[in-house]
Parts: sequence; structure tokens; C-alpha cells
Amino acid sequence: MDPVQDLIKNLASQHGRNRTNLLPILQGVVEQEKYLSEYSMIEIARELDMPAADVYGTATFYSFLEYQKMGTYIIRVCKTITCSMKGKNQILLTIENMLKIGMGETTPDGKFSLLQTNCLGWCHKAPAMLINNEVYTELTPESVRDILTQYLKK
Amino acid sequence: MVAATYQLKRADFIFKNDNDWKKILDKTLKRPAQELINELMSSELKGRGGAGFPTGLKWKLTAEDQSDKKYVICNADEGEPGTFKDREILSEVPYKVLTAMAVCAHVVNSQEGFIYLRGEYKFLVPELTKVIGEFEHYCKKAGLNFKVKIFLGSGAYICGEETALFESMEGKRGEPRNKPPYPTSFGYQGKATVVNNVETLAHAFTIFKYGAKKFYDLGVQYSRGSKLFSVSGDTPKPGIYELELGMSLQDFVTEFGDGDTKAVQVGGASGFLVPRKRFGKTTIGYRGKLTGISLPTGGSMMLFNSSRSMYNVLDNYLDFFREESCGQCTPCRVGCQQLHSGIKAVKRGEKPAQYLNKLLKLTETMQLTAKCGLGQSVANSFSSIVENFREEMIY
Repeated sequence: MDPVQDLIKNLASQHGRNRTNLLPILQGVVEQEKYLSEYSMIEIARELDMPAADVYGTATFYSFLEYQKMGTYIIRVCKTITCSMKGKNQILLTIENMLKIGMGETTPDGKFSLLQTNCLGWCHKAPAMLINNEVYTELTPESVRDILTQYLKK
Repeated sequence: MVAATYQLKRADFIFKNDNDWKKILDKTLKRPAQELINELMSSELKGRGGAGFPTGLKWKLTAEDQSDKKYVICNADEGEPGTFKDREILSEVPYKVLTAMAVCAHVVNSQEGFIYLRGEYKFLVPELTKVIGEFEHYCKKAGLNFKVKIFLGSGAYICGEETALFESMEGKRGEPRNKPPYPTSFGYQGKATVVNNVETLAHAFTIFKYGAKKFYDLGVQYSRGSKLFSVSGDTPKPGIYELELGMSLQDFVTEFGDGDTKAVQVGGASGFLVPRKRFGKTTIGYRGKLTGISLPTGGSMMLFNSSRSMYNVLDNYLDFFREESCGQCTPCRVGCQQLHSGIKAVKRGEKPAQYLNKLLKLTETMQLTAKCGLGQSVANSFSSIVENFREEMIY
């Protein structure tokens, strides 16, 4: 059995094979694979015995359930009002310059993807970003450079 | 200004860490359900997520329902721009929230609870899971059969709307349902469900601990108790503050402004923008019959100083709504897009200034016809910004 199929079987056994467990299963696949391929969505549908179109419909509704291949580290910079006011654009420029990618792109080595997202709930410590599940706040171009340097070493 | 000597009435209940939840839980579980409902109703606690539905009534309606299964859900899908208090409650005093959930389960007779946590707060999961483990263990010892699960969202603002939240938990797209039926009779999986905001539950804990009177004595008529405010934007002291309801916005600005406050957004992107000239006439609280201009808020208070262009602020909000609209009803899906491209067209001079009136009419339509609170409330920020800062929209 191939690893994705294996992963899906395990997730389904762990959470249960009901539709109510669809989101945790989708999240589990994204956590491992960094995105939901057409193949994984069909496999999930098979595993839960539901139409693949419904899996696709649900998955594409949620902005954190990516259905295009993403890098190992997904950078999500908050673009909502306070972060935007407090210098989000400079943060973005710093990241773009450092990683040589634009918004929505992935580095050729598949390590980083750069995205924007809506309010992360850190307005009092703006600007903020997420790298996978890790939160970084009160960013400055300097601190972003330091943070990314750490990730580049990983 | 008028009230330079005024002190905002601070309160300190929510984050007061007494570590006596076991005692409170034991004490409260011994009381009959009806008595607890009466206690909550007499405190006049209203939903702290922003909508302000009386919490006691919500519990009462669910308790009276004949569902064979019932659920208690803590809504931690805190997505409104400018709100960040729920995260702080869940990381600082999670056992207060869990205790209130268990009391609610006792009142409505439920065995299963959920915390719907937004995906952005996933980092809270390990710690929260640990606390839930301890909590469930204690409940078992206390003879209460109540389990709590964390359900993680995946980056959809609309899932904070209670019926969209159910859909999401049922493994579907987070599209709000028609109301009625209300969650108190037809909620998660069609069963009677109580959905309370994180902060509401934390206040319920305060009420069960100190009694309804202590809570009722804070605030003003129709807006009782204290409330957490998430303060951000152009302020020298951003952060989370617990204040009594009913304060004047002028006093708030005197305390939190940077001396150059041009406007305050009360209640996040779906709330109202109040310009400087109205600070003195505006109070913060739920709308009542006597209180004049009173603005409710889920706690989001964003300050803007004179270096900010209100056009950019509105542009940012509309971009947010356009992306977060679930897309199922036309007034909201198309309305948000049209408003967003409309203000851009006016700014660029492609449409005459009068086009703004047309857009204002569109927001009225959205308010009347959109299916849920998202589409209905776009009108709030749009009209309050366009009417007060029309010149900034045009040139």
C-alpha cells in the first residue's frame, strides 16, 4: 500500500469513518502531505464511503486545507487591518526578497510557500505571521530575517 | 476634553486565577438546574461573542427541549478582526470555561461537549488537551458524565456563525443554515445544542462563584457586567482589558488613544466606525430602549489616528468580507464583490461620487436579504465609514 493510502486508513481508524470526522481526517492529511491531492481526496471518499465531490466541496471551502502542493513550511502573513497598518507590506517584501518567491509561490526546493491570510488574532502584537502552526508576532524586517535564517538552517 | 479626570471602571474577574474550580464545580453541580438558570437570567449575562443573546434564556430553552441527545459547544472560532481575548482566556484560565461547560451540561442534561477552536490557534491544542484530561478525570470523580473534545477549524471566519459551525463539525462546507429552527432545538446533528462564546462561559463561572448580584451590579441598564476589550491599532497600550459595560467612547479614547484619535472601529469589521465628533455621544454596550446611541461589540476596539486613510481601512474590510463570504447567498457573495470594486472605481474616478449612494443602497439590500450575520453586517462598517468620511472615499 502506498504511504498516502496508509495515512488515510490510519486517520480514518483513529477518528472514525463518519462524515463528522471528515475535517479531522482532511487536516491530518494536510499536516503530513502539506496538501490534498486529487488522489488523496478520492481515497478519503472511498474510506468514508461518500461521494468524492463532497470531499472536494468541503476541502476547498477551508482556506487552511490546501489543494495545491505546498512547501514544507507554509508562511501565512496576516493581512487584516491592524497588521496591514503596522507594516505588513515591509514584512512581505523582506520574505519575498529573502526567499526569492512571490505571493502564493513555493521555493524551487519545496521548502517554503508564502501566503497571506485573514486576521490571526494577534492585533495587539501586529504584524503577525504563522509558519505552519508556529506564531510570530511584533515582526520587523530584522526579526523576520532572523526567523527565516533559523528555518533555512533546518 | 470633557472627562479628563474620568477613570474607566476596570474589573478583574476573568483572569483572576483563584484555582478553586473544583470547589465551584462541586458546589454548583449540587444546585438544581432551574435555580442555576434563574441565577444566570437574573445576572442578565448576554452573549459575549457580539450578538448579545441572553445566556440564561439560551440554557433554559435547551433544557426544555426534548432531544434525546444534547450538546454543549464552546465557540472559540474567534475570527473577527481586532478580537483576541478568547485565545487569552483559553490559554490563561481554561478550567473556568470547562467548569461552566460542565455546569451547562448539568443544566441542559448533556453528556458531550466540544470546543470549536479556530485552526489559527492550533498551538493551544497540546496544553488544552492536558487541561481537558485533568478536568474530565475530576468530573468522573464528581459523578458527572461529561466529555469534552476539541474540534479544530481550518481557517474560515464564517464558522464562528453558530449554524455554520455545526455544518463544519458535521464535515460539510461551513455554510450557515436558515433560522429558525434555532440551535436550542436543532443544532449539531439536529440535536438541541447550546453554543456559547468562550468569554460568556468564563463570565458564567464568575456568576456561579460570586452570585448573580455581583455581576449585575457592574455596568448599566441593559448592559450588565464586565466585558473583555481587545484594544489594538493606534494606541500606546494595545492589549486585553476587562472593563464595565456602558462606558462612553470618549472616556475610552481618553484612556487608550494616542492623543490624535480620528475614529474608533467598535465591534470589528462587522461593527461600526465612530468618528471623533461622535465619541462623546456613543456608549459601549448592548442596545436598549433608553440608552441612546449604544454600540455592542464582541470586544474589538480598533483605534485609528489621523495618519490613516479611511478609504484604505474600508478597502481592507471589504477585501476581508469578500474572501470570507461563504458564497451560498447572492446578496452577500455578489454584494461584497460589488462594494469592493465599487469603492475602487469611485476612488479611481471611473464612477461618479454619487455612485456611493448606490452602494449604500446595496448595503441596505444586503442587510435585509442576506442569510446570516456576515452579509447583514457589512452594511454597518460600510455605511458608517462612507457617511462619515465620504470625501476620503472620493479623492
